[in-house]
Amino acid sequence: MRKSLYFFLLAPGVLLLGVFLFYPLIVILAPTFASEASPFERYAAFFSDPYYLRIIYRTVRIAIVATVVCMILGVPTSYFISRRSRRAKSFLMAVSIFPLLTNSVVRAFAWIIVLGRNGVVNSLLLRLGWIDRPLTLLYTEFSVLVGTIYLFLPLMIITLVGSMDNIEEDVTEAAESLGANRLATFLKVVLPLSLPGIMVGGVLVFSGAITAYTTPNLLGGNKNMLLSTLIYQRAMSLSDWTGAGVIALVMILMTLAVVKLMQDLANRLDRS
Amino acid sequence: MAARRHLALTAFAAFVFLFLAAPLLIIAVTAFGEASTIRFPIRGFTFEWFGAVFASRSFMSSLRLSLVLAVYATLLALAIGVPAAYALGRTTFRRNKLLRSFFLSSTFVPGIVIGYALFKFLVIGLRMPVFAGLLLGHFLVVIPYVIRVVGASLEQFDFSIEEVARSLGCNRAQAFAKAVLPNIGSGIVAAFMLAFINSFNNIPVSMFLTGPGISTLPRTLMSYIEYSYDPSVSAISVLLMAITVLLMYGVERTMGIGTLAG
Repeated sequence: MRKSLYFFLLAPGVLLLGVFLFYPLIVILAPTFASEASPFERYAAFFSDPYYLRIIYRTVRIAIVATVVCMILGVPTSYFISRRSRRAKSFLMAVSIFPLLTNSVVRAFAWIIVLGRNGVVNSLLLRLGWIDRPLTLLYTEFSVLVGTIYLFLPLMIITLVGSMDNIEEDVTEAAESLGANRLATFLKVVLPLSLPGIMVGGVLVFSGAITAYTTPNLLGGNKNMLLSTLIYQRAMSLSDWTGAGVIALVMILMTLAVVKLMQDLANRLDRS
Repeated sequence: MAARRHLALTAFAAFVFLFLAAPLLIIAVTAFGEASTIRFPIRGFTFEWFGAVFASRSFMSSLRLSLVLAVYATLLALAIGVPAAYALGRTTFRRNKLLRSFFLSSTFVPGIVIGYALFKFLVIGLRMPVFAGLLLGHFLVVIPYVIRVVGASLEQFDFSIEEVARSLGCNRAQAFAKAVLPNIGSGIVAAFMLAFINSFNNIPVSMFLTGPGISTLPRTLMSYIEYSYDPSVSAISVLLMAITVLLMYGVERTMGIGTLAG
């Protein structure tokens, strides 16, 4: 291919991304470093403010717990799916993919119906006589966590089924014929072999969870803000442009750090 | 013994599938309740909430906007992304790797940050019309899908077929149209559907970029939920799920549902 054609094919995309992604990012990030004392003054202030620190901790805490729960729920389920016949497998995969392609507002709203004051859980418990008055489940850190797990569990399952499909049936059969029971086979053969998939799935869930907006917005309320809802509030309600810029860079760096971690892990697992 | 452990695994998986499916099934059921607020189980049975949705001007105009936006953003991403993926797949320059990550760079920027950056630059800075801002924002969201999916199907393509076409007298454009395009067609269709659904469902980027009277459906739905709790939300949810089912069926017919996993 001639160089001129090569550049002609790539130039429009490079131009669009440069002008409408990279330049706007510079526009919002540059003012955050404009300060007389030190360019990092605003960042130092951000990381020493207890209010912001609480939000950072909450964001990371929810992402970590959601990742771990998705692993615990996802690993056995994916193993179950990967051992089904072709037809059963494609049906179960469709059931797993469906929530992933359903709008996140719908998925969060489902949990409003389930966890609300007059919701499914509360009316069930009241009717059973287990509680006297409705529990506060919605607009808590718990509801954000449940919504986040619900949001990303399908992603974990799909990633894991992909990696467990690569485990040859012969290997598990060999383990069983050598006397390992199903549980031992799962723990000693399947689990180690699907470790790369678990890591990739975990990184996908974690990086998705620290940036998700819809779920914390609908299920968290004002008391349970995360970084994503904080940036919107700073910019839209308070017109605090530099504050929003600081949060933007923090979120970008967190995402890049997680992606870098994933690449390093993938490289290490490839080599071993 | 073995059978019992198998039972434990089956029960566990059944619980997880119940967790995945039940909330959406509950929404679907509440769309048919007669009461003016959502309750489960429902009393009575009615289609009136679907009628209310179709009669609502704000829901219908934002549905129209979402569909138009998703189609335009996807077509723009295909127009920009297919030639780029072709140039990157056809050549073996060292800089291709860097350029490819450049085209995927919007995946490393949280959607809410993309929305904010475009809002500040386009809406406040350049006073661009709302639709243009939304289109560019959604283009940034979907371009990585085009590069990834079309790039993957170009990797499967044997470029010697294109060479043959050229040696038989086709010029570059003809060879691309007659030899390359038909072979990556299913990849383009899959990229279209993935890009479409991701634009159609997007919230974070749209949050900052919708304006008064111009709002995407998920955004309208979100503000509606803040103030109301009636079954018309469930009815819209059912319609959105129906669109998802149609798209999944389309993907299954063209490439197999498994491609969505990659």
